[in-house]
Amino acid sequence: MTQTNTAPQQSLTQKLANPTRFMQLSGTLMPWLAGAAAALILYALYLAFFVAPEDYQQGQTVKIMFIHVPAAWLGMMGYALIAISSFGYLVFRHPLADVSAKAAAPLGAAFTFLALATGSLWGKPMWGTYWVWDARLTSMLILLFLYFGLMALRSAIDDEALAGKLCAVLGLVGVTILPIIKFSVDWWNTLHQPASVIRMDGPTIHPDLLWPLIVSALGFSLLFFALHMKGMRNEILRRRLRALTMAEVDRARGVSAPAAAE
Amino acid sequence: MRLSVKHLVVDRGARRIVDDLSFAVEAGEALVLVGPNGAGKTTVIRTVAGLIGVAGGSIALEGGDAERELPAQAHYIGHLNALKPSLTVEENLRFWAAYLGGGVVDGAAIDAALLAFDLEPLAMIPAGYLSAGQKRRACLARLIATPRPLWLLDEPTVSLDAASVALLAKQVGQHVAGGGLVLAATHIPLGLASERQLEIGMRSAAA
Amino acid sequence: MSGFWTLLKRDLLLQVREGGAVGTALGFYLIVVAMMPLGLGPDLNLLSRIAPGVLWIALLLAALLSLPRIFEADDEDGSLEVIATGDLPLELATAAKALAHWISTGIPLALLAPVLGLLLNLELSAYPVLVATMLVGTPAISFLGLVGAALTLRARRGGLLLALLVLPLYIPTLIFGIAAISAATGGPSGFQASFLILGAISLFSLVIGPVAAAAAIRFQTQ
Repeated sequence: MTQTNTAPQQSLTQKLANPTRFMQLSGTLMPWLAGAAAALILYALYLAFFVAPEDYQQGQTVKIMFIHVPAAWLGMMGYALIAISSFGYLVFRHPLADVSAKAAAPLGAAFTFLALATGSLWGKPMWGTYWVWDARLTSMLILLFLYFGLMALRSAIDDEALAGKLCAVLGLVGVTILPIIKFSVDWWNTLHQPASVIRMDGPTIHPDLLWPLIVSALGFSLLFFALHMKGMRNEILRRRLRALTMAEVDRARGVSAPAAAE
Repeated sequence: MRLSVKHLVVDRGARRIVDDLSFAVEAGEALVLVGPNGAGKTTVIRTVAGLIGVAGGSIALEGGDAERELPAQAHYIGHLNALKPSLTVEENLRFWAAYLGGGVVDGAAIDAALLAFDLEPLAMIPAGYLSAGQKRRACLARLIATPRPLWLLDEPTVSLDAASVALLAKQVGQHVAGGGLVLAATHIPLGLASERQLEIGMRSAAA
Repeated sequence: MSGFWTLLKRDLLLQVREGGAVGTALGFYLIVVAMMPLGLGPDLNLLSRIAPGVLWIALLLAALLSLPRIFEADDEDGSLEVIATGDLPLELATAAKALAHWISTGIPLALLAPVLGLLLNLELSAYPVLVATMLVGTPAISFLGLVGAALTLRARRGGLLLALLVLPLYIPTLIFGIAAISAATGGPSGFQASFLILGAISLFSLVIGPVAAAAAIRFQTQ
């Protein structure tokens, strides 16, 4: 006996995470998640505009932070989610992991773009220009490129199953190189711009600003998860539709799944 | 030695190409897969060669070299010839012999391979200049240059003329007579005494 | 391991026989560098200041051109499938192909760089450092590029996509490559640190490149 290939047994987690069960569970969870996200974001906006004090240096512009910081955080979390899903897909071969990775990419890219856009708007009154090659902004920009690469690779391969596997490989390569990119960008930044221009967040934040920020971060995180879940549901429905269409094509041609017998 | 395929299931995308296929090839036996286009002959051969993952069942070479994976004990001849146009026929053959043989090239085996497929006059000619039939023969010579017990032949007779098919049939016959195993998919019968056929077909839509 | 050297020798022999690819990359490198003074003006002070950056970026672009060829020919003629049935693990086979790419493209580009440095008025003292830095940094270009080449093998618009996937991965090499040369020409950072980090990035890519590329190839032969 030199080589044996045996089909893996379905594990307990695989049974729990089967697409049908996921559709049921997410269907009941969706409205609550979306409602909670909307309520928290509205509350955060109220806090931001009517409760939080103006910064004595930055004035009203400091309130861009309530969108900028959660967006940046979720932009990074999106990639972490892709990396975890990619690992799950390559190691455990679970189709839901691929659905999760696919749904997370445009979402992560959108939040990363939001972080860049708000950072740029914040930068205008602070630095006098819309773009500064600050270490954080540059890292976010490169993160956006990695998202673009993932989405472009998926769209360029016709075989959807193959596209999922290759994107999983790229996602894992990306997540191993990201810390090195981050480190090198920080190094480059200190080389060319010794003093940090602005402190965007960190422990020195005023407590009156901290509370709205936490509420906002929580609200946007729930929004992210709600959108991600919605994206996964759409993708599952799209795949079911495709499977039905393919079955229809086979039936029209007068063949069913080819089978072999001795 | 025995190639044993049990309850093989192979999927491609959402489609199930091979469903619960079992067969065995004994030492000294050639098994020819027959069936209509799209029946999964190529898929079965590529799966045994390790190029496609299985969705269920098992493939094993019983009594083979326990240290080596099944694909490393098999010659896979696919639809493409795997020849480099800028290398001569002999250089192509030497490369595959060295690569598949673990770096050891047996000069006598190279000569025997060239002789077996009537390639001696072409040995020093770059493969890019060869006709389709000559290229196919240069590809098949790989079988002789490196000894491996299991031959997986997917339409090996493509673009071969009658004389060349006879050359191939003779080599397959000798390999089988020497205790080798052959799993082939071919439209042209090789006319071997020890040849067995396995029909793989498709279920009808009504079934 | 003997299969590794066999494959490496064959790939190098094919480069010699088929030619062209290396010449094209070198020609592209020359033209991109020559375009810089035409675009920025012939101010020698400015050119010598930006020379390390220009030489590295142009080298990345020139190397990028030759990446799709790593797997393309072997995929088209069926060799890749036979390579997969060899004794050699696919990870080592892809590593052999990346090494062949580095020897046939990375080293010639690195050796051409000082000549192009003349066009950009690079300080003479920087030349040995320039070549040393590029020889240490270019393996990362071949081995990370290998991942891109494997991922885009069956993709539409493969070449363009390859650039989009691979260029962000080259950022650390670019940053530390330029930092090392700048240090040698009186820049702010220490030469040794940048040079060692550059080497570490190359070693890292030596591991991750072949593993990821082999996985991608396996998925595509199916």
